[in-house]
Amino acid sequence: MAIKDLFNQPLQVINTGLASFRTNIESSGAQVIQVSWKPSVDVKKADAAIMEANKVKIDEANKKVLEIILAGKPVVTGMSTALEVIPGMKKELILHSGPPITWDRMCGPTRGAIIGALIYEGLAATVEDAEKLAASGKIKYAPCHEHASVGPMAGIISASMPVFIIQNETYGNSAYCTLNEGLGKVLRYGAFGPEVIEKLHWMEKTMYPVLKKAMEKLGKIDLRNLISQALHMGDEVHNRNRAATSLFYRTIAPAIVETCDDKNDTVKVLNFINGNDHFFLNLSMPAAKACLDAARNISFSSIVVVMARNGTDFGVQLAGTGDQWFVGKSPVPDALFFPGFTKEDANPDIGDSAITETLGLGGFAIAAAPAIAQFVGGTAQDAVQYTLDMYEITAGESAAFQIPSLNFRGTPTGIDIRKVIEKNITPFIDTGVAHKNPGVGQVGAGVLSAPMEPFKNAYEGLAKQIRVLK
Amino acid sequence: MIVKGLIKKGVYFDSVSLMIVSKELNKLEGIIDSSVIMGTKENREILGAVGLNLGIFNDASDSDILVGIRADDEAAADRAIRKMDLLFKDLQHHDEKTTGQKVRSFEDALRQLPGANLSLISIAGKYAAAQAMKALKMGLHVMIFSDNVSIDEELELKQFGRDHGLLVMGPDCGSAIINGIPLGFANVVPKGTIGIVAASGTGLQEVSSVVANNGAGISQAIGTGGREIRKEIGGMMFIEALKALNGDPETQVIVMVSKPPHPDILKKIGNELKSFTKPVVSILIGGDPEILKQINIIATRTLEEAGLFAAAVSKGQEIESIKKSLSERTAVISRQAEKLAAGLKGKFLRGLFSGGTLCDEAQLVLKDSVGFVYSNGPLNADYRLTDLWKSKENSIIDLGEDEFTQGRPHPMIDYTLRTKRILEEASDPDVAVILLDVVLGFGSHPDPCAELVPVILKAKKISPGTLFIGSVTGTDADPQNRRKVIGELEKAGMIIMPSNVAASELSGQIIRKISSKKN
Repeated sequence: MAIKDLFNQPLQVINTGLASFRTNIESSGAQVIQVSWKPSVDVKKADAAIMEANKVKIDEANKKVLEIILAGKPVVTGMSTALEVIPGMKKELILHSGPPITWDRMCGPTRGAIIGALIYEGLAATVEDAEKLAASGKIKYAPCHEHASVGPMAGIISASMPVFIIQNETYGNSAYCTLNEGLGKVLRYGAFGPEVIEKLHWMEKTMYPVLKKAMEKLGKIDLRNLISQALHMGDEVHNRNRAATSLFYRTIAPAIVETCDDKNDTVKVLNFINGNDHFFLNLSMPAAKACLDAARNISFSSIVVVMARNGTDFGVQLAGTGDQWFVGKSPVPDALFFPGFTKEDANPDIGDSAITETLGLGGFAIAAAPAIAQFVGGTAQDAVQYTLDMYEITAGESAAFQIPSLNFRGTPTGIDIRKVIEKNITPFIDTGVAHKNPGVGQVGAGVLSAPMEPFKNAYEGLAKQIRVLK
Repeated sequence: MIVKGLIKKGVYFDSVSLMIVSKELNKLEGIIDSSVIMGTKENREILGAVGLNLGIFNDASDSDILVGIRADDEAAADRAIRKMDLLFKDLQHHDEKTTGQKVRSFEDALRQLPGANLSLISIAGKYAAAQAMKALKMGLHVMIFSDNVSIDEELELKQFGRDHGLLVMGPDCGSAIINGIPLGFANVVPKGTIGIVAASGTGLQEVSSVVANNGAGISQAIGTGGREIRKEIGGMMFIEALKALNGDPETQVIVMVSKPPHPDILKKIGNELKSFTKPVVSILIGGDPEILKQINIIATRTLEEAGLFAAAVSKGQEIESIKKSLSERTAVISRQAEKLAAGLKGKFLRGLFSGGTLCDEAQLVLKDSVGFVYSNGPLNADYRLTDLWKSKENSIIDLGEDEFTQGRPHPMIDYTLRTKRILEEASDPDVAVILLDVVLGFGSHPDPCAELVPVILKAKKISPGTLFIGSVTGTDADPQNRRKVIGELEKAGMIIMPSNVAASELSGQIIRKISSKKN
């Protein structure tokens, strides 16, 4: 190349900065494109230098991580109870969503859900007893994510709860999740009244055996395939699970009818699934978890394998930094609130459901779900913009999950924290909003951009790790 | 009175947009002062200087927007904040409306415009080098308008550019015309055979405008940034650009514009030029033309001369006739000065410039008639103004210097400081002449007369005798239209000369005549 070659070509300009220059160039007849540039996030110079110096190694590790994530094939293989199948599960252990947290720092909905779980387990008879027990130190707490599990909102899993078993057929690892309780007053939003406990008992005593038998009949259900189809039907499988739930229902209903002897139970269970548009959320989440867990512990990788919130903190884990959590304050989401509620009532963002975004679903795939565009500004174009933003911070695109309106482009997958820092764009997450007080339940739904702090901490953490490895 | 501040996270607007927002807020009732600015350390110092660096800003990062408002009361401050949010929304929507789909990054831009061959960068200096290197690595030529890029980064970029056959214009490159397209601050000139390499933005604008206004045209006008000719950079890109023009079949005459380079670099440039077959005209503002004559270069003393000589050579005309007409003009100016000086009460000259190189050139011209003058960038260090905001005797101020532009757009865009200063100077009974430059073209104020005409008329009311003298850099094809601008300024009573040199000569002669009369 030589400078003088430029003089023989029509000038085509990429303009970064003052927008008036773009107008001038355009009016002079040259092609120009304006970059909506943002300054990158401030990080320590030494950290940036070590990332740059190890760019090749990080890129290689990320390639490997992305391959594993994309090759994952999650299937439901059956059902069991938490105590029986979740690794490390105990009677006195309660799993919760997000990064680790102690009782004194837990938010209202999480405390409420724990109170409910202790009553449900028969470990406490009254709310007061449950609160006392919860704070006593006799009950241990751990993140679902540290036990191959995920839970929406408060994400509480206690020993007796029935769970789906999801297996990643490609890599052999498993993930677990409870059954979705539906909307209204539910445990995952921190409600613990008698009707909540009663429903949980029904799910354990009636619904679980019915589903278990049906699953035994079916053998397995391919979730990757089901999610792919749902994306073509207007779901992003986080805030919208209507298509996926319908597809699941079509799959399991004949088996339930065939295997359940009690007509009354059959009707109740089928109606329960049919009446809950979010039933599939508790399958899309562990499906994502199963795919991402297979890509853990690959040194040098800057790809996010967990994003999760406990209603107080927002936590991130990377493929390259083992079991370390990088946390920051969880923000209160921008949301559409149910009548009678405002942002004042809202709890900071909560739940393991951001695992869907971590796999390139949910907010990352919102362009596939124009029906919920009212959460992001109202138009389908707004939804497309959010998904396009996410391609800027991801390492690749999904092969299985596609967005029809983007000409079946694969969803943006594999969040690279280097890109998050450089482009100053954080992941975009769909979410439900819990009331900040225990026992009230859901007050709205909406979206949020993840806070930068945990990603910045993860960037520093990875730089530190690389320094040790070298 | 109250002071209110807040931090806006997660949004970004360029500095000009933020300054426009702040200007709009200042117009609101009950608002005494406001500042809307990115949260860099330097910016916080600026806020400190105006008493708006609030405690809460300590937690802000470079990429946050800091908002400081001084208002009569809480309600006024809140109104301003609401207004600001609306303005931000407008800006965002405008952005989306005009650019269609949002382009989020350089990579994204390259995907959408795969044939892109030049990256124009005008973001804050601390981020500019990384963006420029990214573009160079993708094989794009770059123009870095941003200043505050370190000299080490500049060297790295230019070395990379040189080794890969890529043009690196800047940092701090204000002006260029590539393939007929004006970039940054630049004028609309006809296509022609004169190629310019300039280490001075306004130098490039003045020369290319003179060329255009004298019936010739420009093939390419390449800016390099002012530090190019310092020893650290060693004229690296300057030489590469000269070579490119020498190899360009469209270019028949080459003009080089800069301040006097380091002697070693001048020698290096001279060595390169030896093998050139094309005529080279040079203007080293304030340099010794003799050094260049030895290497067969057409040396000139002023930007105007460089433009006129280059135009003549390109048209196959003799430069001797130009020289003659210029010296005749000097005689005419002298007689004109005699007449104008007659009724003046004041005795001093005050120059208020927006173009740095024009300011230097004016000082050089004035040296011959009135000697050294005070300035914020004086020819002689003894004449440095201690207080930039107050002129002394004969003073020439460059309002484009950093001390005036922090947190404010360049004076070619924003006339606020200059119009304020014009009134101050006019109120000084010792002032006889106010000398101005008016720079037109893309990037500059779209309607300078709207700013200058009212202030000249007002100044003339304060001090009817004060003379306004100036020149207009630009062409009739510029968006502002030079002929129209001159007409309006003349109507307001300003004396418009054909060039900065002529305006400076006239002003200098007037002051000289006044002082000789008084002595």
